[in-house]
Amino acid sequence: MSILINGLAVAPPDDPRVSLLDLLREGLHLSGTKKGCNQGACGACTVLVDGERIVSCLALAVQYDGREVTTIEGLADGDALHPLQQAFIDHDGFQCGYCTPGQICSAIGMAAEAKRGVPSHVSADLAADVTLTREELQERMSGNLCRCGAHNGIIDAIRETLTSQTGAAEMAA
Amino acid sequence: MTPFTYARAEDAADALRLGQANATAYLGGGTNLVDLIRETVARPNGLVDVTGLSGGIEETEHGGLMIGAAVRNTALAEHMMVRTRYPVLSRAILAGASAQIRNMATVGGNLLQRTRCTYFYDTDGSRCNKRMPGSGCDAIEGFTRGHAILGASTDCVATHPSDMCVALAALDAIVHLHGRGGARTLPFVELHRLPGDRPEFDTVLEPGELITAIELPPMSFAANSTYRKVRDRAGYAFALVSIAAALEIEGGRIKDVRIALGGVAHKPWRASKAEAALRGGPATEDAFRAAAVAEMADAVPLRDNGFKIELTKRTLVAVLGDLAGAAA
Repeated sequence: MSILINGLAVAPPDDPRVSLLDLLREGLHLSGTKKGCNQGACGACTVLVDGERIVSCLALAVQYDGREVTTIEGLADGDALHPLQQAFIDHDGFQCGYCTPGQICSAIGMAAEAKRGVPSHVSADLAADVTLTREELQERMSGNLCRCGAHNGIIDAIRETLTSQTGAAEMAA
Repeated sequence: MTPFTYARAEDAADALRLGQANATAYLGGGTNLVDLIRETVARPNGLVDVTGLSGGIEETEHGGLMIGAAVRNTALAEHMMVRTRYPVLSRAILAGASAQIRNMATVGGNLLQRTRCTYFYDTDGSRCNKRMPGSGCDAIEGFTRGHAILGASTDCVATHPSDMCVALAALDAIVHLHGRGGARTLPFVELHRLPGDRPEFDTVLEPGELITAIELPPMSFAANSTYRKVRDRAGYAFALVSIAAALEIEGGRIKDVRIALGGVAHKPWRASKAEAALRGGPATEDAFRAAAVAEMADAVPLRDNGFKIELTKRTLVAVLGDLAGAAA
């Protein structure tokens, strides 16, 4: 077995103490995924596992044997940015950029959750289809902190990408 | 981090066999346990990964739900039967942690998460009877905004951190367990303990005993249920106070009611006194207030958390008012 990381098969670490985050950064030099709090509180280390967003700092890498991991490095197609990456640039969705890889991976996972109908804390009707209002996006992205305070630009970037045809297609891919 | 071994359990029997070794812990999503190990609060010799076990949600023959212990929190919150029949459970889960953590965390792990008392986590600087039995408690005379007002002891004033568990306490859930002596069930409200003089034990589980499932009995009026969480910021924070409640009204009177409180005690607090005060009575604000007063009569404040007593009463009155409005 192996962990498939951005399409590359990687052997799980021998030491079960190694987090998925440390495997990515220290083992594979995929330093796009960031270590913020290292205790699940900031979201900077968010990656996608089989399309679902998780915090890689609290994930023991050995637990992810046989799973498919996508990091920020796995989103662009060569030099062509993922539409959400471009939207973050267009809307000033960052200042220092440290939280950005986690924000972008989180937003992609969030879009998939909304598409399959996962409600949120602010959803008035639990059984209804999800409409991603600004309030919904703010709640659903609340696991990703931005100390520069670019949250409004981040929400703008996500909204624009979700409402553009190509962007929405890429987010659901 | 001290070294530990890791093994994946193929099934419950395999987990039990692996879990009998000394200082072995069952591992779910790791969202609390990995942090506890990293902070050296927990020092297991080995982890047994039980995320491959019972991950399904099935309707029981009685019309309830059987929820495998390895079901992820998101999967439970988004299940359409939970959203429509037990909305309090969906709402409680969605009020907790972040989406990323809910995607990782399992139902069994949620039940067994430890308190977030900062003194419990402070291995270098604080005495804590829960972390090191007999060492003392630096929380009691410390910063106690988040601590217990009900059922605490002179040894421990920690609170149980789970939102999901508050809903399970209100819903009369049943815990399915597997241990050395075989399988057994336990009412959910009896799983967690009050601290007494042994706060190192959060639950009544035997060593090596494994949670295999949570069963929700049928409760038709739970369709009219909700969860309200009061916290220091609007998102991603533990509860100061939370209320899980379900209400059934017939002919203007309260036919049945379930209430549990979070953020106030060492365990999810089933508000039996408030329920008894309400059952059969009128669904009025005065009656809601009287029930809240009855439940909180034994509350004991610490230096910083006296506000929780009135906050709990007001939140309970508001929640019951909302449910009564929805039922009318």
